[in-house]
Amino acid sequence: MTEMRMRDALREALREELKRDSRVFLMGEDIGAYGGSYAVTKGLLEEFGPERVRDTPIAESGIIGAGIGAALGGLRPMVELMTINFSLLALDQIVNTAAKLHYMTNGQMNVPMVVRMASGGGSQLAATHSHSLEGLYAHFPGLKVVCPSNPADAKGLLKRAFRDDNTVVFIEHTANYGFRGEVPDDPDYLVEFGKANILREGSDVTIVGYSGSVHQALRAAAMLEEQDEVSAEVVDLRTLRPLDMDTVIKSVKKTNRAVIVEDAWKFGGFGGELSAQIMERAFDWLDAPVARVCSKDVPMPYNRDLEFAALPSEEDIVEAVLAMF
Amino acid sequence: MTLETAVTGAPGEPELPAEQLERFLYEMAFIRRFEEKAGEMYTRGKIRGFLHLYTGQEACAVGAIHALEERDKVIAHYRDHGHAIAKGVDPKRVMAELYGRADGTSGGRGGSMHIYDTSKGMMGGYAIVTAHLPVAVGLGLASSMKGEGFVTLCIFGDGSVGEGEFHEALNLSVLWKVPVIFFCENNLYGMGVSFAESLSTEIPKLAAAYNMPAVSIDGMDVLEVHRETKKAVEHCRSGKGPYFIEAMTYRYRGHSMSDPELYRLKDEIEEYRRRDAIESLRLYMQERGLVDEQRWRQIEERVERDVEECVAFAEASPQPGIETLFEHVTKESGDD
Ligand SMILES: Cc1ncc(C[n+]2csc(CCOP(=O)(O)OP(=O)(O)O)c2C)c(N)n1
Ligand SMILES: [Mg+2]
Repeated sequence: MTEMRMRDALREALREELKRDSRVFLMGEDIGAYGGSYAVTKGLLEEFGPERVRDTPIAESGIIGAGIGAALGGLRPMVELMTINFSLLALDQIVNTAAKLHYMTNGQMNVPMVVRMASGGGSQLAATHSHSLEGLYAHFPGLKVVCPSNPADAKGLLKRAFRDDNTVVFIEHTANYGFRGEVPDDPDYLVEFGKANILREGSDVTIVGYSGSVHQALRAAAMLEEQDEVSAEVVDLRTLRPLDMDTVIKSVKKTNRAVIVEDAWKFGGFGGELSAQIMERAFDWLDAPVARVCSKDVPMPYNRDLEFAALPSEEDIVEAVLAMF
Repeated sequence: MTLETAVTGAPGEPELPAEQLERFLYEMAFIRRFEEKAGEMYTRGKIRGFLHLYTGQEACAVGAIHALEERDKVIAHYRDHGHAIAKGVDPKRVMAELYGRADGTSGGRGGSMHIYDTSKGMMGGYAIVTAHLPVAVGLGLASSMKGEGFVTLCIFGDGSVGEGEFHEALNLSVLWKVPVIFFCENNLYGMGVSFAESLSTEIPKLAAAYNMPAVSIDGMDVLEVHRETKKAVEHCRSGKGPYFIEAMTYRYRGHSMSDPELYRLKDEIEEYRRRDAIESLRLYMQERGLVDEQRWRQIEERVERDVEECVAFAEASPQPGIETLFEHVTKESGDD
């Protein structure tokens, strides 16, 4: 085990995969000379050269399309889209091409491509640069969607993504990049997709989250224990597709209460899907309606106080939990 | 440091009236100081988020925007403070926006990358690279379909040319013959990838391929920028369709405040500073007896005072109330 930040764990995964498999290559905007906009790819250009660590023009749709073609041609591309905000320019290629080819060709083609992007608000980047669209990608059959919350998972899930025969949308919350944790040194360390992680055991309420919101859930759980003697269980989904609903349901059947936390908007969001599935599978075990703690229904404002008010907080989670008793 | 002036006007008589030259000199110096101050306030935590400074490129905004009339519109990318100021937006309100305060151009909602003031024809501030080029085409369409005759000056960086929307916008603009000037500030870099490594051809050739007039000019020479943009404005105003200008320039600071600048050497910055736009114009005016040491000092003092006033204004401006969070998500019907 080595302690490192999440950005370093991601870099380790990329480095190991580049070494392990000669078909793997990376491309994206400013991943080379600039050192990566969040320093994830820093040093990889120097180590692996411009053939395998490619700086691209600003052309999101073009590079995703090229990644799809490279995958069809037998390579294992990782395309970095800088942030999820700019991934919207490539949404067509991801949704209409990458996610569909395997099905439409009746299994003749598949697109083994990893698409990495940073996500999330909280940095005062305002409305165009603060999106949390994990749930949007989870909406499309044919894609896998991964959202790590800590360094060990980030490494194990990213290495696992390179071994997948499908397009994996790998979404990293910017607030998590600096988050430290112990990471296994084993180069074969993988984290399976579709396995949620119980980060904290509890008996009174289940708080379900992913990516950045997991840390808020943990802080809220600590507050609940100290101030209110409420014992909260925290479930980190880790992947939204495939989704490990069994772990969530099992937890809810134990605690009889569920609160879903996400940075995204509530309306039409992924939390609604979770809530519906809990209702479908554990209705008789619920002592209160499922609650959702999400962003306010506004584009993200720049001003610090307004942004803070727009984003979910640990206080909001505590409040939602207490309202269930 | 020896200065090679970028301003290449003919010897003798100044090309523009003295007052206008002094206005250019003051405004470029003001924008430079404004930006330096913003950078300082960023390091002090007063300004947050992404801040992209315009120092080095002042001749582009000042030269080009002053070739417009008041009714004309400017639409720009996120490196937009200079453009807003040159278009007549109150710089105090721009600074207040950077501070995220209630008196900012968007009441603190937009921040540095999103400066809008429609009352001055400043249409923004777009932080998604190239997103505003098709929008400029639409503004051009509105101008010609309503017979209003305003020209839209669309400003963007060299990084835009790799995006599909760049090509879509250029093609549409020629098909529809809209009065739009595409003004590319080529500062040689996107974030850290040099423009030479991201384009397989030259920028004006792209525009020429879509059948519009295209020129490449010295973006450090405010007089050349002004002269060439005036030609473009005349072209657009007379109904001949769009026009393309590539202005060669250079940004002195990193891409944003968080740029480690691993991709370029300090020497390169020094090299470009030798052709500094402000110093060049000052030299040009000095040679023609239009500004001496004393006058320049007065201008600098005025700049300093005016920038301080912006900071004081922003500092004194209140925070927008939390109760305003849900305002303007959609427009209330019946307003129009
Ligand atoms: C669609 C999109 N992709 C990526 C980015 C991230 N990004 C912001 S600025 C920038 C570089 C743009 O360079 P250029 O167009 O030359 O403008 P400059 O910053 O040099 O003024 C990049 C890649 C973005 N904002 N939008
Ligand atoms: Mg540039």
